[in-house]
Amino acid sequence: MPAQRHWISKVAIARALVVALAFVLLELLCRTGVIGRVTMIPPSEMVAALFDILRTGQFNSDIAFTCVNTISATALAIAAGFALGAGLHALPRLRRVIDPLLSAYYAVPTFVLFYPLLIVVFGAGRTALVVIGAMFGIVAMIINTVLGLDHVPPAVGRTGHVLKLDGLRQLVLIRLPAAAPHLVSGIKLAVAYSVIGIVAGEFILATRGIGKRVAFAYDNFDNKTMYGLLLLLLIAVALVNGCLSAWEKQLHRRFGQR
Amino acid sequence: MKSSARFDYLFLAAGIVALWQLGHWAFGPDVLSSPAATIARAAEMVMSHGFWLHARATAAAFALAVVIAVGLGITLGLWLGLVRFAGDVADPILGSLYSIPKITLYPLILLMFGLGMAAKVAFGVIHGVFPIAIFTMNAVRNVPPIYQRTARILGLAPARTALTVMAPAALPEIVAGIRVGAALTLLGTLIGELFASTSGLGFALMRAMDVHAVTDILALAFILFAFAACLNGALRFLERRMRHGG
Repeated sequence: MPAQRHWISKVAIARALVVALAFVLLELLCRTGVIGRVTMIPPSEMVAALFDILRTGQFNSDIAFTCVNTISATALAIAAGFALGAGLHALPRLRRVIDPLLSAYYAVPTFVLFYPLLIVVFGAGRTALVVIGAMFGIVAMIINTVLGLDHVPPAVGRTGHVLKLDGLRQLVLIRLPAAAPHLVSGIKLAVAYSVIGIVAGEFILATRGIGKRVAFAYDNFDNKTMYGLLLLLLIAVALVNGCLSAWEKQLHRRFGQR
Repeated sequence: MKSSARFDYLFLAAGIVALWQLGHWAFGPDVLSSPAATIARAAEMVMSHGFWLHARATAAAFALAVVIAVGLGITLGLWLGLVRFAGDVADPILGSLYSIPKITLYPLILLMFGLGMAAKVAFGVIHGVFPIAIFTMNAVRNVPPIYQRTARILGLAPARTALTVMAPAALPEIVAGIRVGAALTLLGTLIGELFASTSGLGFALMRAMDVHAVTDILALAFILFAFAACLNGALRFLERRMRHGG
């Protein structure tokens, strides 16, 4: 046990070193002019720009716009994805028919269809962005819900029968917790895909939002604003992803299945 | 069994066409062109010379990006899988690189590579390389330890161990990684063309969006879907055969 702890701390130190080294290297490359200022500003200035953006609050309404859209899209994707996944799991015949469609969904560039169509249907506003984000995330949730329900041990289901629970209660009280590790994997992916859909949508079609501000700064060679906002976006995504990953790992450990 | 699977596919295709036609009736031809018109337009495009110029540009960028992503990803994955310490250090770093929305990096890629081929390829590579590296690393790590012990007893050099023992044992998982990575590389290449290019199918799509040519958009999407689905199906077939063979 102490040997293992020693290993873990060694790994953590090495990882911190690798990340720190990458930053120092990038900083040096930028400072010495190997990477020009027009291409990239030094990481230290990116951090300064980020603080500036947060302190002045000049982009607060854009940040809020993107946050609200992402949360709505993710919530929609998770709720609808879970309902559709549970429904599909209950109808094996339909599931067999639809399965190839689900497994090919992320392998084909679906976005080329979504953007033009949804803009026409919903206009270039908030609704189109939320729907695009939700449509990107929903299939990951469906796939993982079906997978999770597949992995519910039969004994657990039988216990529900013995306790004479009705269908809905079985689903919520018994199957949902037993499928939790896969559901959290689905949530993690749904968040990631929704963010991609929304930020890409803002680049192309929105008039507000972080993506729009980044595109605007890019067009105006305003690298300070651009890299500050990119850093903000990356940190936010990494934080959410890290939290969900930790939760996922903990659930996997608790339920002792992979 | 086999004929019922074929029936399933037929059923799915019929369902999609039916939904598509219903959507066409519901939203009108300004939003969704009819299946017949779209497929006719797609056929017309495939016959035309201009389409192949764009298709060739996309294919060249995609091929180069896949070669780089697969080469880089497998090399990195093999190393991280074989050297446990390096793997443990890199695992969460790779995971977060995989999960960041690469689309946010598009200004950076454009500033570094300019408009054109290099940016498209770079965009494809950053999408594809991390899943391939992660799948390869896990594939190598999940090889039963007895194989490695056998290789050590036989006195194989590390390079030969990697080539003749680890690679074949890990191959099905690696092919799975290539399948996921290739799909993402195609996505990245197309996104690159959408934003940063003057040729290729992504560019053609962007132009069709600008002038709001719905039938063209759908026809291009249809062709891209067909290509991506075939690629996915072929790699899936390869993966399944290796699993059963190995």
